Amino acid sequence: MVIGTAWDIVTHCGVPRFVYNDLPLGNPLGRPWDLNMQSQTLDAALSLLVDAKSPAVDTTRHAWSTDEQWKSTYMAVNDENRESLRERGEENRRQRMADKAAGLKRD
Amino acid sequence: MSYISYMDRTREFYAAQGFDVAYEWAHHDDVPFTAFTQRLSDARVGIVTTVYMDQETPMMARQAEAVPVEQAPTHFLNDDLSWDKETTHMADRRSYFPLEYLRACVTEGRLGSLSPRFYFAPTQYSQRLTIEQDAPAIVQFAREDTLDAVILVPI
Repeated sequence: MVIGTAWDIVTHCGVPRFVYNDLPLGNPLGRPWDLNMQSQTLDAALSLLVDAKSPAVDTTRHAWSTDEQWKSTYMAVNDENRESLRERGEENRRQRMADKAAGLKRD
Repeated sequence: MSYISYMDRTREFYAAQGFDVAYEWAHHDDVPFTAFTQRLSDARVGIVTTVYMDQETPMMARQAEAVPVEQAPTHFLNDDLSWDKETTHMADRRSYFPLEYLRACVTEGRLGSLSPRFYFAPTQYSQRLTIEQDAPAIVQFAREDTLDAVILVPI
């Protein structure tokens, strides 16, 4: 049973049971402190766990907010952050090389 | 519903960082499926999470683990994982780790029991490590704990 917020990645992979929440990455079960939303998500998951007769996806009706502005910002690449992303890539590669050299990797 | 294409976003994001080989997301034409034939009130369920306990171990060195649920931190440390830090926060553990909910289900008799351990699934760039090492390790943990189902909650 998978509960998640990345529709495209999970459905591309294919899983036996998937409850999808249209929420930001970080809170797959529901908005922080919104116990009602969190419980509804998990109720849907337990129902799908028991009821599915073949691989199945259930989409909740939950929404993060009344508008969808938040969907435009995550991982956005624009003129304001292009240079800092390039530098971040350089730093990331340096760190990985250092971790690898220190044996902090798996085989 | 207009879902975010995380695969497109990720390709563009890492291309902008100078990574020239695009990530290949897992894809399976055949999805294994087992019908759930028992009553939920007799079943034992465990949690699989992608959040980690500490940030001293680099991501690429983390391996699948089974951890007693009593040791689940109130606040997992997950700053080095990818989630929408601009839009939301992860201060409420219940929004990504359903321990309290499942415990309540057991108390109410809806669920038979909760696994004594939860399971960590590392975020790995290597599908080989996930498929050949981490997934079999988690299956082994689930067998040791005689689970009937797991709820995987990737952040």
